[in-house]
Amino acid sequence: MTTTTATPVQGPVRLGTRLTQTLGTALPVYVLLALLLGALAVTDAGFYEPDRFLAFVRRAAPLVLLAAGQYLVIVSGHFDLSVGAIVTTGVVAAAEIYHGFPGAHWLVVTLALVAAGALVGLVNGLITTGLGVPSFITTLGMMLILEGGVFYWTGGSPTGYLPDDFRALGRQDAFGWLPWAVLVCAVVGAAVWWLTRSRWGRTLIATGDSERAAELSGVATARVRTLAFVLSGAAAALAAVLVGGFSGVSAQAGSGMEFEAITAVVLGGVLLGGGRGSVLGAMAGAFALTALFTLLNLRGVSGSLEPTVQGLIVIAAVAVGAANWSRWRRRSPSRNDQPPPPGTHATTPPAGPPPATETAPPTTAPPTTAPPTAAPSKENPSTGGPTA
Amino acid sequence: MLLMQDMTKSFLGIRVLHSVSLDLAPGEVHAVVGENGAGKSTLMKLLSGEHSPDSGRIEIDGTPRVFGHPAQAQAAGVGIIHQELALLPDRTVAENVFLGREPTRRGLVDRAAMARRTAELLAELNASEIAPDTPVRELSVALQQTVEVAKALAADVRILIMDEPTAALAEHEVTALFDLVRRLTARGLGILYVSHRMREIFELSQRITVLKDGRRVTCVRTADTDVDQIVRAMVGRELSAYYPPRADPGALGEPVLTVAGGGNDRLSDIDLTVRAGEVLGVAGLQGSGRSALARAIFGADPFTRGTMTVAGRAVRPRRPREAIRAGIALVGEDRKAEGLTLRQSVRDNTLLVTRAVGVGERGAGEETVTRLLDRVRLTSRSTGREVRFLSGGNQQKVVIAKWLAARPRVLLFDEPTRGVDVGAKAAIHTLVRELAAEGLAVLLISSELPELIGMSDRVLVLSDGRPAGELPAGPSEEEIMRGATATGADRAGAA
Repeated sequence: MTTTTATPVQGPVRLGTRLTQTLGTALPVYVLLALLLGALAVTDAGFYEPDRFLAFVRRAAPLVLLAAGQYLVIVSGHFDLSVGAIVTTGVVAAAEIYHGFPGAHWLVVTLALVAAGALVGLVNGLITTGLGVPSFITTLGMMLILEGGVFYWTGGSPTGYLPDDFRALGRQDAFGWLPWAVLVCAVVGAAVWWLTRSRWGRTLIATGDSERAAELSGVATARVRTLAFVLSGAAAALAAVLVGGFSGVSAQAGSGMEFEAITAVVLGGVLLGGGRGSVLGAMAGAFALTALFTLLNLRGVSGSLEPTVQGLIVIAAVAVGAANWSRWRRRSPSRNDQPPPPGTHATTPPAGPPPATETAPPTTAPPTTAPPTAAPSKENPSTGGPTA
Repeated sequence: MLLMQDMTKSFLGIRVLHSVSLDLAPGEVHAVVGENGAGKSTLMKLLSGEHSPDSGRIEIDGTPRVFGHPAQAQAAGVGIIHQELALLPDRTVAENVFLGREPTRRGLVDRAAMARRTAELLAELNASEIAPDTPVRELSVALQQTVEVAKALAADVRILIMDEPTAALAEHEVTALFDLVRRLTARGLGILYVSHRMREIFELSQRITVLKDGRRVTCVRTADTDVDQIVRAMVGRELSAYYPPRADPGALGEPVLTVAGGGNDRLSDIDLTVRAGEVLGVAGLQGSGRSALARAIFGADPFTRGTMTVAGRAVRPRRPREAIRAGIALVGEDRKAEGLTLRQSVRDNTLLVTRAVGVGERGAGEETVTRLLDRVRLTSRSTGREVRFLSGGNQQKVVIAKWLAARPRVLLFDEPTRGVDVGAKAAIHTLVRELAAEGLAVLLISSELPELIGMSDRVLVLSDGRPAGELPAGPSEEEIMRGATATGADRAGAA
């Protein structure tokens, strides 16, 4: 037995490896985002004027927050369908609060909303992990409960208004030029990114990868996952503050946003079912989705087709992620109906970009494409026929 | 009648068979031997249609065949009798023998004909004592095996693969099996006999093929060789040099793990003590409670009765998390499903336990990871690599590193070398011994008797969830099997 040690690879090689790993499955979304931003520049020459571009980012901000929260839930192997309803409820609740307490400080109201969103997430998480209700059902139920509650509360047409200081996060600029919404996105994005590198984040992703292995490694999987729901709820409530600031009070403020968020996360290369994907990819997915809608709008495509586009994207993204690329690359010779001639070598991989699910660092790729050398075994030739 | 040529097979990019060839003549018993992980089972599964080869070809009676499904192999006259019998326990013998090929009369199953033909087949196998209408569940393992053989004959099988057929049999049943094998060869069947028991192989076979690390080392006439030669070919070294030296009995420390009167729905009357520096081997047949014992100590399927102490402190772990806090670690049987998060990096897997439970290593930096991986002699370059791309041996080393990070007092190993190559296996053996020498209490479960014998300072034999004896260092395989099959033999006698 050798005593070879696991020497860490140093220098640029390691940097390159880490870069590939960091981008990982999110690589396609960055390419897509770049293409969409390029297309926007071609379609609309004024798109990159600072004001208009920042306005675009501001419009994307709520979805980016939702995607960051949704990422945490999806990477742990669950869904959160309640976030759109949390946005609606948050906007309506803020209006009702100001109706009752016109002088309330904006920060107090914002924090109250975020705490309430976290509470909704806590309920989602406890029901899912404690009672074993699939999250799809738990959060779908929560969505309906909240939507019905808002409708009952407001009679379908919310009253009240949101004061300017509360709306500032959604529509004002910091330092006179930087939208607060962008700043909020950046801070939340950085926080979630840091969280995914933390002890909790690593155990969360491990739980999404294999709940059984995580449990047997001592991970308190229920607790770890519940926190993901809590953060998703809180992020949704924060998104509600931005949406309310940006577009005012409406009983449809967050309608459909849960599916936009899931689409964005999936587009960002995060594996449905959990265990793989980065929050930066998910947030880039949210930007890409917003850019796509903007582009379609500029091209004169009807806005009512947005759900259709979204449906196509989500199916395509999941299909690409689910396809068993490794099988395609490795298995061709063993097709049942096509016996390989003796000594057939492994096939060459199909042309084209590396598939998203298998973006392994090049130095560590398994030896799939190396032609198998004939085994130089030191065998004795078989000693002729049997003796029976 | 059978020719397999240059069979090659990889799983997840790891080549498990390198261009292996094998042939078989009518009436011949051809033994296939090799250590666990040598590729025996994979080779047999290529022939039985359970796996498709990456390359290579199979000819039966001169006709090239490609099997994509076991049914195709069976239609071509290839049958397999697995280690784990594949009968439906609640159906009768006759129903099992004719499963999927029931004789019919006017569209209905002709039960009378089925029973009659089953009885005929069983008579040919000198097993008339089996009634065709007995539910299979009521038969001993040996008799179930006979039913499997009858099933193969009913399907006109001409090439029969027997995978470790004696693993679950008592001594007198083995004799009956040999008699059965001879009857089959007299009928002109060719038999591929997979086993690691030298005595059987030399008694039954005409030729022996030795596999090692997925390659054919040799294929010899049984008459021209002896046990030593075959064993050397299997392990590639002398057996005596194969395991690290045992602990000096005088150097053992205080008891670290004790269980008194432990029991749950799978186990009862478990009493054991493991001292610091000691490796306690646990032997038993499949389903004897070996793994259940490890899972009980680890709190995965906890004890419901009895008491347990770790380093003198009473503990009662109800979940793995609590066991880990108490200083217990389990390197489990199913590495891929239970030991690793396959899509995560080597680094993240190594740190998973400490991150989750907050015990052991404080540092989460690269030095900590590197030190742990050095400790287990991981021969992989990058800690950022996803563990699913590692070989079985390296994966197992990551699992061990993960537990060392938690600085446990008690290490439970359940089949630690299953599916790893011989090099990694030796490294794991050395490591187990080193860890014991550092004062850990080690419990080693293995179905591979040479490993158990070579590694253990004492061997606890389990049968039906109960202790069936404790043997001192260096017991013989026969001693262990006698204990392990004690109740099985009783059952067979009663049947």
